Amino acid sequence: MNTSERNIVTLENVEKHFGAVRALDGVELRVDTGECLGLVGHNGAGKSTLMNVLAGTLDADRGVLRIHGENLTARYSVGTANENGIRCVFQELSLCPNLTVAENARIFHPSLTGWGWKRRAGRMIRDKLDEIFPGHGISADDVVGDLSIGKRQMVEIARAFTTTDAPLHLVILDEPTSSLDAVTAKQLLDFARKVVGKGLSCILISHVLGEVLEYADQIVVMKDGLVVAAKPGAEFDRNSLVAAMGNVVEMDEIKAHEAREMVRGATLIVVEAQSGGDSGATPLIAHKGEIIGLAGLASHGQTDMLLRIYDAAMRGRKSPRVDGPVALVAGDRVTDGVFHLWSIAQNIGVRSLPGMVKRGLIDPLAEAAMGAEWQSRIKIKTPDMNDNILSLSGGNQQKALFARALASEAEIILMDDPMRGVDVGTKLEVYDLIRDEAEKGRTFLWYTTEMDELNNCDHTYVFRDGAIVADLPRDELTEEKILHSSFKESA
Amino acid sequence: MVAYLTSPRFLRAALPAASFIILLAAIFYVQPRAMSYFGMNLMLQYTVPIALATIAQMFIITVNDLDLSIGAFVGLTACIGATLLADTPILGFLALAACIAAYAALGALIHWRNLPSIVVTLGMSFVWLGIAVLILPTPGGTAPGWVKAIMSLKVPYVPFPIIAAIVIGVVVHLVLMTSSYGAVLRGAGGNPKAIGRAGWSLLKTKMVMFGAAGFFGVLSGLSLIGLTSAADAHIADRYTLYAIAGVILGGGEFVGGRVSPIGAVIGALTLALTGSFLTFLRISPDWQIGAQGGILILVLALRALINRREA
Repeated sequence: MNTSERNIVTLENVEKHFGAVRALDGVELRVDTGECLGLVGHNGAGKSTLMNVLAGTLDADRGVLRIHGENLTARYSVGTANENGIRCVFQELSLCPNLTVAENARIFHPSLTGWGWKRRAGRMIRDKLDEIFPGHGISADDVVGDLSIGKRQMVEIARAFTTTDAPLHLVILDEPTSSLDAVTAKQLLDFARKVVGKGLSCILISHVLGEVLEYADQIVVMKDGLVVAAKPGAEFDRNSLVAAMGNVVEMDEIKAHEAREMVRGATLIVVEAQSGGDSGATPLIAHKGEIIGLAGLASHGQTDMLLRIYDAAMRGRKSPRVDGPVALVAGDRVTDGVFHLWSIAQNIGVRSLPGMVKRGLIDPLAEAAMGAEWQSRIKIKTPDMNDNILSLSGGNQQKALFARALASEAEIILMDDPMRGVDVGTKLEVYDLIRDEAEKGRTFLWYTTEMDELNNCDHTYVFRDGAIVADLPRDELTEEKILHSSFKESA
Repeated sequence: MVAYLTSPRFLRAALPAASFIILLAAIFYVQPRAMSYFGMNLMLQYTVPIALATIAQMFIITVNDLDLSIGAFVGLTACIGATLLADTPILGFLALAACIAAYAALGALIHWRNLPSIVVTLGMSFVWLGIAVLILPTPGGTAPGWVKAIMSLKVPYVPFPIIAAIVIGVVVHLVLMTSSYGAVLRGAGGNPKAIGRAGWSLLKTKMVMFGAAGFFGVLSGLSLIGLTSAADAHIADRYTLYAIAGVILGGGEFVGGRVSPIGAVIGALTLALTGSFLTFLRISPDWQIGAQGGILILVLALRALINRREA
């Protein structure tokens, strides 16, 4: 076979931007017949965006997409992907919880109609489940919403491998094992290996590096929307893979303007919280005036920890132990942060209302004064603080949320990855502000998915599966260490 | 077997039927004379239009929307039926077809502009009412003979409203719950993103569901004038809330595409019966709506208990 016949998908210089965020910045990718391609990278490296482009659910802004050597860029959609035998198992499940397993299989196959379709769809999905996950214990008549998350994922995976009229060429598995236990995960990966041997291709995206190293023929590493390495799997080992994913450029500047030295334990403990897992797990401890980083892969319990601490402070619980008033800076500012109909000044003042009450009513002068003070302190770019909050840019809205927390009497500030999608200039200003406030004695608990931000922290806890798995003082903090402890030791 | 009978899934499905039977038993206990062909016919005759309006509402709720205009819409179709359809049948059919098309267009608008359906349909309810008043400024008109003939059909042994309810429930069940496109339609309520990702048109599902709602709204209006033989713009104002309550009583949920056509019909029957029950108890009409609300709260509280056990 010559190369164009063996080739299934080729991406050339594909770009995708979301506003100012460059999710894909000129990606080159090639998948051949009978190949298992492993795709790894840190959160936000662009893996999921890339898969959405391949599955046809997102259009690329620029670049060329070839299927079987044919340029389909202009008319690529979910339908064309299906016709060409490309399927995707998405990270967030795409089953309809109100339908049965058989009905969900039917959604995927427009040709499954007519008399007895339910029986045929049921047999098809059951056979495939039997083939991939022997002993799965799922019936085709089960309503998906009643199944456990692991079983749902099994159904979703099995569904991607079912075929009716169009032949199947490529299955994209985005974090397929995240909800599976060790046994079913192995069943799946062995099955994938088997079908790849029969000429099918497979893209395996996983945070469990052992899986990728063991099962992929070719490993592609992504970082900041670019492919930074692509080599046969045998040429990687765990260390070289972590090194390829990591930040090669040292963050000299941030380290340089960090002169403050703190001796841990010199001040009082203000927060002490058990992390998940067994009682022997490392507790999270924050001393007064410290900036504590919460690191690790996304949604491994960092936000839960912040919310538990917030809950404990608000309801006066004994555990976790919290000494002092707290304020939370939300990460998802659209849903959890701003009050859409209020002015900027009102949005800033809402956390401090008890201090602004005069004769039972909110004193508008006090509110305006607080707004004006923080406009100058945090440099919110607006002609009038009485304008609606949505008139601000995203970064400035985020500044307003910081002002809300810092203007309050709170001694402990919890931050739930607040810098998502904020431009660099704003970030640096806010970092300065956080360090200043910490020196004045405030304590910050800062969950972030960005490596660079951890360099601002005095102490970093790495989370995995809800538990703290590493406890790094600043001088021991390296990206490699965080990556190492973020990923499971064994596949 | 016992495990199945006490499983939350079975209890949830059986609750609408159980509440209907309990209510019926209570009526027979209070007023034994209702337990006759004639009594049942009298008690249940208005359930047919309510059941049809409830099915219309159920289609809308399936795709996570809510229709606050169904009552006014049924009133409008009743007015068209009692005037245009009786005088110039062709014009009448065209007008009713236009009503259904308008409903489908509303579905398209709601999907296309991503509008909240509550706002759109609340606004439209005044449009429907206005048109109805223009068509029939004062109560009156006459229902076409064939509509009256269908609605006064005498079936031996089983009262007509019960047969009609069974037919409505079973037909809609077959179409929505067992057909292959029905699975896609319900899936569009359960996880629209997944349906879109599988390559289906969400615009089409919305239009189909709203169109179907319009069709059943028309049927509801016609069956209503078949019973009353005259129409009025305000004849079905209460149906909006009856229909929502019927769907929910029948085991449906406001979001997530979880609906049950047979349950919805039973829900409509239950609501209609509560009226008779309260009359038999000699509760003054002033208190009836409140008492109906009380029964609704009771049934929904039971379901909440079942759901909590499931969680």
